[in-house]
Amino acid sequence: MATKASRSAARIMIAPAVILLLGWMLVPLIMTLWFSFRTYLPLRGGDQGWTGFDNYVRFVSSSSFWPSIMTTLTIVVSVLVITVVLGILLAMLLDQPMWGQGVVRILVIAPFFVMPTVSALVWKNMFMDPTNGLFAHLWRFFGADPISWMSDAAMPSIIMIVSWQWLPFATLILLTAIQSLDGEQLEASEMDGAPLLKRFYYIILPHLGRAITIVILIQTIFLLAVFAEILVTTGGAFGTRTLSYLIFQRVLESQNIGLGSAGGVYAIILANIVAIFLMRIVGKNLDN
Amino acid sequence: MSRAVTPRRKLINTTIAWAIGLLIFFPILWTILTSFKTEGQAIASPPIFLNFDWTLENYAVVMERSNYMRFLWNSIIIAGGSTILGLIIAVPAAWSMAFVPSKRTKDILLWMLSTKMLPAVGVLYPIYLLFIELGLLDSRTGLVIVMMLINLPIIVWMLYTYFREIPGEILEAARMDGAALRQEVLYILTPMAIPGIASTMLLNFILAWNEAFWTLNLTAAKAAPLTAFIASYSSPEGLFYAKLSAASTMAIAPILILGWFSQKQLVRGLTFGAVK
Repeated sequence: MATKASRSAARIMIAPAVILLLGWMLVPLIMTLWFSFRTYLPLRGGDQGWTGFDNYVRFVSSSSFWPSIMTTLTIVVSVLVITVVLGILLAMLLDQPMWGQGVVRILVIAPFFVMPTVSALVWKNMFMDPTNGLFAHLWRFFGADPISWMSDAAMPSIIMIVSWQWLPFATLILLTAIQSLDGEQLEASEMDGAPLLKRFYYIILPHLGRAITIVILIQTIFLLAVFAEILVTTGGAFGTRTLSYLIFQRVLESQNIGLGSAGGVYAIILANIVAIFLMRIVGKNLDN
Repeated sequence: MSRAVTPRRKLINTTIAWAIGLLIFFPILWTILTSFKTEGQAIASPPIFLNFDWTLENYAVVMERSNYMRFLWNSIIIAGGSTILGLIIAVPAAWSMAFVPSKRTKDILLWMLSTKMLPAVGVLYPIYLLFIELGLLDSRTGLVIVMMLINLPIIVWMLYTYFREIPGEILEAARMDGAALRQEVLYILTPMAIPGIASTMLLNFILAWNEAFWTLNLTAAKAAPLTAFIASYSSPEGLFYAKLSAASTMAIAPILILGWFSQKQLVRGLTFGAVK
C-alpha cells in the first residue's frame, strides 16, 4: 500500500514534530551541560570561566543534597503506595453493582482536575491551618490539641495533598482495567466458593499487573517533578525540599547558575533511569 | 453484563461508595460552599455547613481586586493556543505514522515520549535565558510555545492510537468505488477522526490549564494565567478564606466541568493507549 511517494510524504509530515521536539530537547540540554562546567553568577560577576567538575562535586557535597534525594524518594514512594493500594480498593468497590455509579465516579475523579496551586492552598489554609482549619476544629471537637500541619508534620501533609491529587488517576486506570476483566471467570470462581482474598490474589491482581505498572511509572514521572505544591505551602522548609526544589532555589533564589545546572544534570540522570524502565514497558505494549 | 446481586448487597455497596466518593470530593465541595459565605462565617467555630447567609460578595471582590478576567483570558489563550498549535503539528505526524508506518515509527514514538521526561527544572535557566533573548518572557506567545512543546508527545501519541483504529480497508473500498483523494479525506477519514481529535484537544486543554511550573516561572504581570493568580493568594492575606475560596472556585470550575466529560479519554491519553 505504501508507495515510495507516500513514504516521502510521510516523512515530510512527521518532520515538523520531530524537529521541534529535537530542538526543545537538545538546545536547553546542551546549555545546561555547558553552564554546569562554569562558574556563573549573573548577579555577582557573571560568567567567570571553566571550573571543571567543581559544581558537580559541590552540589553533591552540599549538606542539602542527600536530604533532598531522600525527600524526593519519600514523596514518590509514599504517594505511589497510597494511591496504588487505595486505588485498587476503590476500583474494586466502584466495579460493584450500585445505584448512581456514574455520579460516584465523577466525585472520585474530580481532584485530578484541580490545578496544583489551588489544591495546595485549599488544603493548607482551609484544612490544615492550626487555628481556623477544619482539622483544627475536628481535633478540638475530640478534645485534642490541633496540629501545626505545615511546620510539625510538613512531609505527611505534602504527601497527603499530592496523594489526594493522584488517587483519582490511579483509580480511574485500575477501574478501566478491572472492567475489562472477564466477568464469567470471576463469577465462576465466586460460585465455586473461592474466598474473596483468594479471588483477589489469583484472578484480579494478575489481571491488574500491567495497569499497576503503568500507574506506577506515569505517576513517578510526574511525582519526581512535584513543584507548585511545595512552592505555595512550605516553600521548601521543614524538610520538604525535593531535588527539583533544591535546584530551583540554587538557580532562581541564589542565582548560582553553574551549581544549579550541575544539579539539573543530576535530575536529568535520575529521570532517565526511570524513563528507561517506562520505555521498555510501553514499547512492549506497542508490539501487541 | 452487570452481575446480579441481592438488593441488600447493592445497598451496602451504594452506601460505602457514596460515602467514600463524598469524602474525596469534600475539599472541593467545602471550597465551593465557603466561597458563598461571609469572611466571618468562613472561620466560624464550629464550622457552618449550609445554614449561612449565601452571598456573592466574595466573587465581586475578587473580580475587582485582581483583574480575574485578564488571568482567565491568559489561561484560555495559553491552553487553547497551545492545543490548536499542537494539533496542527501533530495531526500530520500521527496520521502518517498510523497509515504509512515504517520500521522506525515505533522508535520515533518512544523517543517523543522520552522528551516528556526531561525534568523541567533541569532546563529552567536555559529556557529562561532564551526567553529573555527572544523577548518572550512574560508573553502569552512564549507560553503557548512551551505548553505546546511539553504536550506535543501526548498529542501525537493519543492521535496515533485513535488513527490506528481507522481500518485501512475502508479507504481501499472507497478508492475502488472511484472516490478522489479529496473526497476520501473529506467524507470518509475526517468524520472517523473527529471524535479522536476532539478528545485529544480536551485532554490537552486540561493539562495546559493546570500546568504550574512553566506558567509560574516564565510569567510576571502580563501573561500570568490562573495558576499564578491563585499562587498570589499564598501570601498571608490569603487568610481571607471566603475570598480564597471564591478565587479557587473561579479557577477550577471551567476545567472541572470539561474534565468530567473527558474522563474516559484521560485514561487513554495518559497511558498512551496501554489501558483501554
